[in-house]
This record gives sequence, C-alpha cells and structure tokens, in this order.
Amino acid sequence: MERFAALLDALVFTRSRNAKLALIARYLRETPDPDRGWALAALTDGLDFPAVKAGTIRALMAERVDPVLWTLSRDYVGDTAEAASLLWPAPDHSAPDHSGPDHDVMPAPGVSEAVEILRATSRSTAPAALAGLLDRLDANGRYALLKLATGAMRIGISARLAKVAFADAFGVPVDLVEEYWHGQEPPYRPLFAWAADGAPPPRTDDRPLFRPFMLAHPLEDGVAIDLESFAAEWKWDGIRVQIVHAATDQGGETRVYSRGGDDISSTFPEVAGALGEPAVLDGELLVRGAHQGGETGGAASFNALQQRLGRKTVSKRMLEDFPAFVRLYDALVIGGEDLRDLPWTDRRARLEAFLPRLDPARFDISTLIAVRDFAELADVRARAREDAIEGVMLKRRDSPYVAGRRTGLWYKWKRDPLRIDCVLMYAQRGSGKRSSFYSDFTFGCWDGDPDAGADLLPVGKAYFGFTDAELKWLDSHVRQHTVNRFGPVRETDRSLVLEVAFDSVHASKRHKSGVAMRFPRISRIRADKPAHEADRLDTLKAMIVDPVR
Amino acid sequence: MAEDFSWIRPEPAGLRIVPADVWIDPARAVGTALVTHGHADHARGGHGRTIATPETLAIMALRYGVTEGAFPAPLHAPITLPGGVTATFVPAGHVLGSAQILLEHAGERVVVTGDYKRRPDPTCPPFAVTPCDLFITEATFGLPVFRHPPIGQEIARLLAARAAQPDRCVLVGAYALGKAQRVIAELRAAGFHDPLWLHGAMERICRLYEEQGVPLGDLRLVSDAPKGALAGAIVLCPPSALNDRWSRRLPDPLTAMASGWMRVRQRARQRNVELPLIISDHADWDELTATIAQVNPAETWITHGREEALLRWCELHQRKARALALVGYEDEDD
Repeated sequence: MERFAALLDALVFTRSRNAKLALIARYLRETPDPDRGWALAALTDGLDFPAVKAGTIRALMAERVDPVLWTLSRDYVGDTAEAASLLWPAPDHSAPDHSGPDHDVMPAPGVSEAVEILRATSRSTAPAALAGLLDRLDANGRYALLKLATGAMRIGISARLAKVAFADAFGVPVDLVEEYWHGQEPPYRPLFAWAADGAPPPRTDDRPLFRPFMLAHPLEDGVAIDLESFAAEWKWDGIRVQIVHAATDQGGETRVYSRGGDDISSTFPEVAGALGEPAVLDGELLVRGAHQGGETGGAASFNALQQRLGRKTVSKRMLEDFPAFVRLYDALVIGGEDLRDLPWTDRRARLEAFLPRLDPARFDISTLIAVRDFAELADVRARAREDAIEGVMLKRRDSPYVAGRRTGLWYKWKRDPLRIDCVLMYAQRGSGKRSSFYSDFTFGCWDGDPDAGADLLPVGKAYFGFTDAELKWLDSHVRQHTVNRFGPVRETDRSLVLEVAFDSVHASKRHKSGVAMRFPRISRIRADKPAHEADRLDTLKAMIVDPVR
Repeated sequence: MAEDFSWIRPEPAGLRIVPADVWIDPARAVGTALVTHGHADHARGGHGRTIATPETLAIMALRYGVTEGAFPAPLHAPITLPGGVTATFVPAGHVLGSAQILLEHAGERVVVTGDYKRRPDPTCPPFAVTPCDLFITEATFGLPVFRHPPIGQEIARLLAARAAQPDRCVLVGAYALGKAQRVIAELRAAGFHDPLWLHGAMERICRLYEEQGVPLGDLRLVSDAPKGALAGAIVLCPPSALNDRWSRRLPDPLTAMASGWMRVRQRARQRNVELPLIISDHADWDELTATIAQVNPAETWITHGREEALLRWCELHQRKARALALVGYEDEDD
C-alpha cells in the first residue's frame, strides 16, 4: 500500500501529463502482480466494493471521533476520505510521533491483501474489516486505502492516460492495449502476461469488444488533395460510434461504444438491438430528421441527438420522438473476418455488400460525394453551412484501418467557422505550463446598444486559438486592466475586443445569454477596435440554425 | 458575576492591558504596544512606544522602519509597566525573536502566546512552558487533521526531489520571515551546503538572521545567477511569487511550498504545488492541546485560527475557554 499511496500522492500533485505517465509506468513496471493490476483498476475506475461506501467511513469516524470535531474537520478538508485518513486515531495513543506505524501491530497491508479483504465483506462486516486495515496504515496509506475502497479517486487520471502509461511501461503499442483491455477483468493478469512477459494476447473474438477508432487530422489551409487517391464523404454532426456484435455462448451480444470506448448500448437500445451478425462497424450515431443535408440528408441536428445522450434508461416516448440510427462509415470486422488491414476501397465494398442484411431503419451508409476534382469539392464544402453539414471527410483509398490519428490517411475538412467580435470580460489562470498565465478567457456581447447603456452578457469561454506570443500579450493586458479579483479569476475593464471563431451557435436555456457556442476559440486580438463596436447578442442569435428536430 | 481577568480586555485593536494602558500586537497605532514577533499581522508601525525582544525590534526596523520609541525587552527579564503590571518576554519558538508575554497583576498570571510552536528550530530558542491562570493561545492549526510530520522527513523529501530531477530547479515557496531561514538552516543541518538561491525579497531578512547569529551558509540572489546555474538548484521565494511572472525565468521549476497547510491536498493543488512540504512554524493540533494541558490554566482564551475546534476540545476536557475572534491576524502563508 505504501507504494500505491506514494503513487497516488505524486499523481495528485503532478500537473504535467508526461510526468504522470512516467510515474504510472514506473509503478506498473516495478510492482508485482496482482498489486499492479488492482492499482490499475483503481486508477481507471474499474474497482467496486458494493459493501463500502462513503457512509461506511462516516459511520466509522462517528464511533471514534467527537462528532463536532469530525464535522469541522471534514468541512475544512472538503474530502471525507482525506479527513478520515488524517483523523483516524492511531491504535496506540501513547505514541506522540505520528510519523510511522507502531512496531507491535500487524504490518501494513499490500494492495491485493486489502482488495481481497474488502471483496469478501458484506454490508455488516465491511466496517470492522475497513477499520482493521486502517489501523495498520499511516496517514498516506489510509488515504490511499479509502480512495481505493470507495472508488472516488478524483485525481485527474483518465482511463486513456492509464492505458498510455501501461503501453509506455512495457513498450507495447497503445492501440493493442486499448483493444485487449476491453473484456479483461482486474487484476488483468493476462494483459500483464502479454505486455510484460511476451505471452500470447488475450482472445478478442468471443466477446463484443471495443476496437480503437481511426481518427482524422484537420486539413491544413491551402493544402490540395488529389481525389484520385482520396475519397470524399460528408462529415455528419452526431457522435461517432462503434457497434459490435459477437457470437457468444449465450447466442450473441451487441454493444454500442462511444469514441472513448464507453458502452452506451442501454442509451440506444433500438440501435443495439438491430445488429444480429458478428461484425464491428464504424459510423455516426444520428437522430432521424431533415436538418443536416435537408430531406435527403435525413438527419436531425446535434441538438436533437443531445436529448438522447446521457440517459441510462430511455422512455418509449423518447424512442418515438428521437429515433436513432447509425450512418455507417467503415467496417472493421464482418462475419468474424478482420478487415482492418485491407485498403479502404475494399472495406467500403465489403460494407456496401453487407448493408442489405441490415435493418434500413437503423442503418444506412454515408454516401460518397461525387465531384470531379478538389476545386469542385471546395465549392461543395463552401455550401456545407447552408445544408447544415459540418464539413467533409477525405479518406485515402488505400488506407488500412489504424487506431488513432495517422498522418496522411484521413483528413477532416470542416466548413469555415463563424466569427464574431466579443469583449473580454474575465480571465482565469491556466494550469501546468500555463499556471503563471491568464489563459482562460470569458467574453461577452452587448445586450443592446452600448451607447444607450446596454451591458455585456458573457457568451462563451475559450482557452486556445492564440499563439504563445499572443498569450503573453493577453496575460499582460489582463494584469494591467484588472478591476476585480475573485480567487484565480480576474475581471477586466472590458476594453479589449477579441474576434472569436466558432463552429456553430445554439439556443441554450442554461446560459443567461440564451446561446451556447460550439468550439469557440480566439481567432484574432482586435486591440484596434473600440469595445463599444463589438457585436451585439442579436447578431450572434441570428446565427442560430437550430431546430431541436 | 464579575468577569475574571477584567484587567485584560480583547478590543477591536487587540488585547488591551487596562491598568497599564498598553496593547499586545495591536492592529492599529497605539501609545504603547507589546509585540510578540515580527510578522506583519502582529507587528505594525506607528506606535508611540514599541516593546519587544531586541531581535523583533531589529526585524521591525528592517521591515517597517520602526526605530522611534523602540524599547528592547530581553527574554526572561521582567519589565515594570504602569498600573502595577509586570511583563516578561518568554521564548515562543515561532521565529527569530518571537516571544510569549507573561503578564502579572494583582496576583494573577496571564500568558499571551502570540504565535508559537513546540518543534525544535535552529533559528530560535524553544517554547518555554510557563504556568499561568489565564492562557491566551493562538489556534492557527486548531483542527485535529493538522499533525505536522517531523521536519527531517520533509527536508529529506525536498532533497530527494532535487536529486531525482537534476535538470529542473526546485522552487520552494516559504514565508520570507522565519520559514525561509528555518528551511535553510535545516537544509544545512542535513548536510546540504550548495549555494541556495533567493528571491530578492528575502535577501535583507536573511542577512539580518546572520547578523543575529544564525548562520545560513552560501546564499545568492536569483537575479545574479549566471545562465544555467539554476538547473539542479534549490531556490527560495515568498509564496506569492511561486506562480507569478518572476518564476518564468527559472529552468522548468518544480514547485514546492513549505507550509502547515500543505497537509491538506486540495490546498496544495489550489496553489499548483507539486511538492508540498508540511513545515509549519505553528503548533499542530497535538501540540496545541498538549500545551494547554501542560500549562494547565484556570481559563483559556483563543485569539485566532480555527478556534471552534479548540473550544470544543476544551469543552470535552472540562476546561473553561472562550474565543476572542480578534481580527487582523492572517495565516494564509504559514
């Protein structure tokens, strides 16, 4: 537990991604099985002890510490596990020095011993088991144990980061880690055996497992693409999904995965229920409608899809009002055959041949854009906004399906952004390398005529789009024009105009301004422009093209 | 019922010794002030007379230009004040020159601790337990979550972090008066004799410590550092400079901070601290409560800090206590 506790503490205080990766990788290399597997599960939210909850800790503390002192401490620290770890009374009260455990007690438990003990508990035995473990640890160890036991790490480690660290630790490709990870249970012994000891990889064909997505690079301005070697298709504005069916002992199982590998099958049961043959398909999840690309486009706006996202259960009404379907882009596996090494042209042909076997209400195919050359494609893209389409995709005809963003294979070419002139209102310090810079900017538009006394309303927040030199300039502007401080946030004198680029703007009830921008970024600093000439909210609202259907 | 100890009274400006018409650590200018130590929230300028230890007076002269009406009070030497009051300055172990003040009047003994700690500190004499009837204590770390680890352990972590990343410098945020010099002295005691690099705001106060007989070894200014000299170095600056523009000149600094608040992880994270060093010049919970038990007063008053928890402890231990809620004392950067 000491090593795991040290890792947790180091991760809590380390800001840089690379430093975090190095810390986790070293831990995974130097820690034996099964400790490292349990630790990895804890870091990636893969551990659950139903018998241990935050309430268990509170109850334990209530028996040991005066309730007033406990409440004062808990409120001050702001974290139940941390407060409990600091307040836990050492079993031997005569020891005035709290630096180490006593000599005559049982040695500090290892991660796997703690996991085994906690897994074996029930609601009624959990408190005593947890208390017994806490008695054997010092403050940092108690903190690590309580975090491990309750699962609420909150240390800013994503599952992806942990997988990259795993790949770094053993020098294996992260794409394969992603692929084999799914379907493995903690403490992931087969995964470590494969990565660390060169054992054969775990099987992936007998379960509906997620495969890492192939992603596109943005197409740089001014670069022309030869359409002999590249195919063009629409970029639809939904969420990218992978739908997987595997034949299992129970007859067959289907899963819908989001970009990050999250299982969203229960959110879209009509889609999950529509694939009955072994296959792994890549596509865009959309809701039926006539917004994107008009009647022939057949897809509602992203806003319509948003009504369906994040729900664990779906009402019949939802299913009727916002019917979902998948517009297919690619096929990774069909009928048990892995197609990923084939050129895109061949995979596309296999997908087209497979399509008639699918329910047309739930699946269609993303049509290719028929154009003669790149210039014509540029014209088509220029009209994309009228058709409410996000942009176009360019895929190299001979590209295999590879995980992640590989240079030169796939490009996304989004429609030109919208732009509006806003006034800088607030700035917040960044983190990591940017911790000495005011780098997160909140900007607003005039809610009427500024000369007639109208006020600014915040319309968005952006923390990129500027160069390092511009960031320095913005930082010193903020420092020289501060009128108010709220912790890490400074309010400025509202004198600076920023040109903000964004992909689209939507009506929003959650924002005071009534609008929400998608992907806003600072495109230009307009120090030349007086603040009262910045745009009004009405101008921004006029850019909303946004039916919910 | 007549109030006990009515000759000492908490007033908005500070603790007032009524028969002598003097204040202790007053927050505004008064006729005569007794000052426990040189931190800005306790030692302010503008008093007619300032009575403090010679070291505290030297600090006040340096930092606030207090020279008029300075009246030195050597440790353990009783001073007679008007109105039949005697004041004796007794070591508090907080920073150089810091003292508790023992007040005697009408057969009653009152101790005002100012800020204090119980751990050994190479830069000042240790806290002296002084029995009394009324104990007026601070409670900066008056919550049972605050248990400071031994300083040797924290210094070892600092040295280990430096050794592990030789291309970076370790930037240690430390309160410019007291904490910085204690960290330096402890580094020297641990055998670290490389140059230590200082933010300009720390130079004069470090020199004053040396003049007062606290050797700090080879100290240099960051502004004088030749290019490349700071990789692998330990740099000290006031906490406010940690994340400010000043630190951009340093080679990929590893941000550390020496403070009792670093015990709480989120406090460290809020300050972007990568290496929290739990080093405090205040008594922790165990020391606050143990000290009350040792001094064993009839009554305890709590001046500032997290007084609710210490009040609760007194209640649980059947000790008479009250919180004074004096304004103006800060504790953010300890």
